[in-house]
Amino acid sequence: MFNKITALMMATGFLATGCISAQNANSSDIDSLANKYLAQSYLPGPGQDLDRLKQDETQKVCSKYRNNPPEKLAKEILDREQNNIKYPASGKMMGDWKQGEKYFTALFRGAIGSFEPDRPGMDRGGNCYACHAGDRKEVAFGNMGPSLSEYGKLRGHDDAIVKYTYEKIYNPQAFVACSNMPRLGHGGHLTPEKIADITAYLVSPESPLNK
Amino acid sequence: MNVILENVSRLKEIGLVGLITAAVGASPAMAEDAVSQHRAALADKDANPALLVIDQGEALFKTKRGPKNASLEKCDFGLGPGMIKGATAKMPRYFADTDRVQDTESRLVTCMVSLQGFDEKTIKSKTFGDQRDNEGNTDIEAIAAYVQYQSNGMAIDPPSTHPKEKEAMQVGENLFWRRNGPLDLACGTCHAEGGKRVRLQPLLNALDKKQLQDTMASWPTYRISHGMVRTIQHRMWDCGWAMKLPDLDYGSPASVALISYLSNQAKGAVFDLPGMKR
Repeated sequence: MFNKITALMMATGFLATGCISAQNANSSDIDSLANKYLAQSYLPGPGQDLDRLKQDETQKVCSKYRNNPPEKLAKEILDREQNNIKYPASGKMMGDWKQGEKYFTALFRGAIGSFEPDRPGMDRGGNCYACHAGDRKEVAFGNMGPSLSEYGKLRGHDDAIVKYTYEKIYNPQAFVACSNMPRLGHGGHLTPEKIADITAYLVSPESPLNK
Repeated sequence: MNVILENVSRLKEIGLVGLITAAVGASPAMAEDAVSQHRAALADKDANPALLVIDQGEALFKTKRGPKNASLEKCDFGLGPGMIKGATAKMPRYFADTDRVQDTESRLVTCMVSLQGFDEKTIKSKTFGDQRDNEGNTDIEAIAAYVQYQSNGMAIDPPSTHPKEKEAMQVGENLFWRRNGPLDLACGTCHAEGGKRVRLQPLLNALDKKQLQDTMASWPTYRISHGMVRTIQHRMWDCGWAMKLPDLDYGSPASVALISYLSNQAKGAVFDLPGMKR
């Protein structure tokens, strides 16, 4: 809603900055209060990793502007995030689609803490069906993101598509500042190799996703 | 008790069958339809196993326990010692004795420490039953559900006049939008738009007053997938867990701030308890 109102204000020539600076008038006070509350709310202990609460600059800007940053800051995010993409050691961004199918489907995992941390042997996946349609045989898909059914069939599988797909999964904010999609590679959730496998699952003509 | 347990596991089965039916459906629309029919069938309050846990909670509330061998009957949830009818509807609120804004559950911890002599750290080390091991609800979950159930049929109406109550609401809103953790998630990532789902689970749009009211009025709730009653504190912790964050401390200032923000946005909603969810 906020995004829509702001977009409307910008479209109608209303100064969006007016709205945002009003919001910012006391936001740094609230930010420091929020940090004080957080420090009292997440306690050190076995299995806890308090570093996960620290925000990087991109997370700070996206939080502050509720995912709708001013143009200058949006550009800074795109530049910064484009520069932090890492690639598989082999240089191959097109991995094994069969492995990719597994990682596309498998749950996120990555949970910590003392109550319900991951149990040993749990492998991390992308849980892509949480937000995207994929193989049409899978009907239990979410709709937070666009459908990826027939991804390669619709877009082809040349080097440019492979590179874009890999980079988009590794760091979606290299393309859309404050995208809702997790920076799966940059955040350390998926390895470059797993991302290359998911890329193959999306792009490869042999993938069931493109049948 | 066996009959009760059978009923609980039967409900789990129904839940499972419902989901399987949904998953093999020919289209997502059919699957969604099956899920909502399944939900409607479970809306029967008399069949809600949460009522059993609430009864356990009542017994625990009235039993003399802890190093001080006292019951919780003198606990002050804001309306005076022992006045629990409607107390949750007027929370979170500021308490002068602790100089904090507290929700039902953080206040419950205060009373378990001050009246009963329990150790706060020990209480907080195991607040929730673990559904992965088929555990049942913990004592504190049952007691909290009992106290919160005493506001059934009453309108959510937390006070917002004390500066600290206002502060908690503002901080809660700030935290709602705070993106962090390895997946860059904020509450607002999943809960700020209508018509969205994760897999087949429809997501609350917390910015839609009606939707938020329906949600806030239905906790504590029986969660079929957990086979247990869950409270609003568990919901806050669970969202943080899904965001891959460390454990949100039970009744902590951040959890209460979020509940303050959400409760104030949902003002006027009438508690319809216990709820029944996936």
